[in-house]
Amino acid sequence: MMELWKMALMILTMAGVTYVIRMIPMVFFRRKIKSNFVQSLFFYIPYAVLSAMTFPFVLYSTGNFWTGLIGTVVALVASTCKRSLLTVAILSAVAVLIFGFII
Amino acid sequence: MNNESITTKTPVTSFKTGLKDGLPIGLGYLSVSIAFGVQATMAGIPIFMSVFISMTNLTSAGQLAGLTVIASLGTFLEIILTQLVINARYFLMGISLSQKADKSFSLSHRLMCSAFITDEIFAVASAKPNGFSRRYFYGLVILPYIGWALGTLIGAIAGSVLPLQVTNALGIGLYAMFIAIIIPPSITTRGIFPTVLFAGGISCALYYIPIFAGIPAGIAVIISSIISAVITALIFPVKKEEL
Repeated sequence: MMELWKMALMILTMAGVTYVIRMIPMVFFRRKIKSNFVQSLFFYIPYAVLSAMTFPFVLYSTGNFWTGLIGTVVALVASTCKRSLLTVAILSAVAVLIFGFII
Repeated sequence: MNNESITTKTPVTSFKTGLKDGLPIGLGYLSVSIAFGVQATMAGIPIFMSVFISMTNLTSAGQLAGLTVIASLGTFLEIILTQLVINARYFLMGISLSQKADKSFSLSHRLMCSAFITDEIFAVASAKPNGFSRRYFYGLVILPYIGWALGTLIGAIAGSVLPLQVTNALGIGLYAMFIAIIIPPSITTRGIFPTVLFAGGISCALYYIPIFAGIPAGIAVIISSIISAVITALIFPVKKEEL
């Protein structure tokens, strides 16, 4: 783990970049983006980011590949059934917990 | 409330209405940030640092990416690039919100309010047909902000006191929530499923194929998401009315 001062500096860098992205259009940029391609890109990027951050890392998020796999399958099934975020998370974590005791 | 503002054509101005609209968002954030707090503790971040991240960033995916970069001893450049890509959507939201913000938003309040733009705040505020005042906006963001910080604290503490078997199970929580965000629209909206499939597929390829092993985790997320979003934006352009 890195030194605390460096960690704090990295966190502030994250916060600064995120703030500037939010602030520029609110303060300076009042025109709408007209390019359909750019609009489509902005529309898809959030889903792409979440998917890229989830796969394959969800499989290793529990410290054991097999419980991670079970939790992932439960989350996929529960979200296909359109359960809320919290319900999906709880079902998935409970499945991991129970399966963790079995294996 | 909505009917009234439509007939009078005035922006929503009440702080109390904002609070009321913000309450469900705050409760939702409480659970998501508990999951984030657990993650942060598992990644070795001290409790007060986890809360510091949430109080200064207020964004789930960006914070998790930042956590990954910090935990893997990444560079400042990696942090900047990941945040630029992952949080780029706030730019579009800011454009839309800046047109709905009424005259009460002076420069200093615009500077202040920008910090609180999130997906859910945007969704609620931009749905006000005649715009909103700064008092409404502050009312709207205060409970989500508190929920986000408080949940992180609870999660970070839980992550350090609960038995390992339980924290391991909670470790999947944030990822399960991400799955719950991307799967339902994948079923209903054209173009989202291929985006999710490509991004996840490329990310797996970068992770498992040995020649890509040197690519830092944050950069891998950027490569995967930009390639997949560009492909689907070209093949399935989104019509204006769908945005």
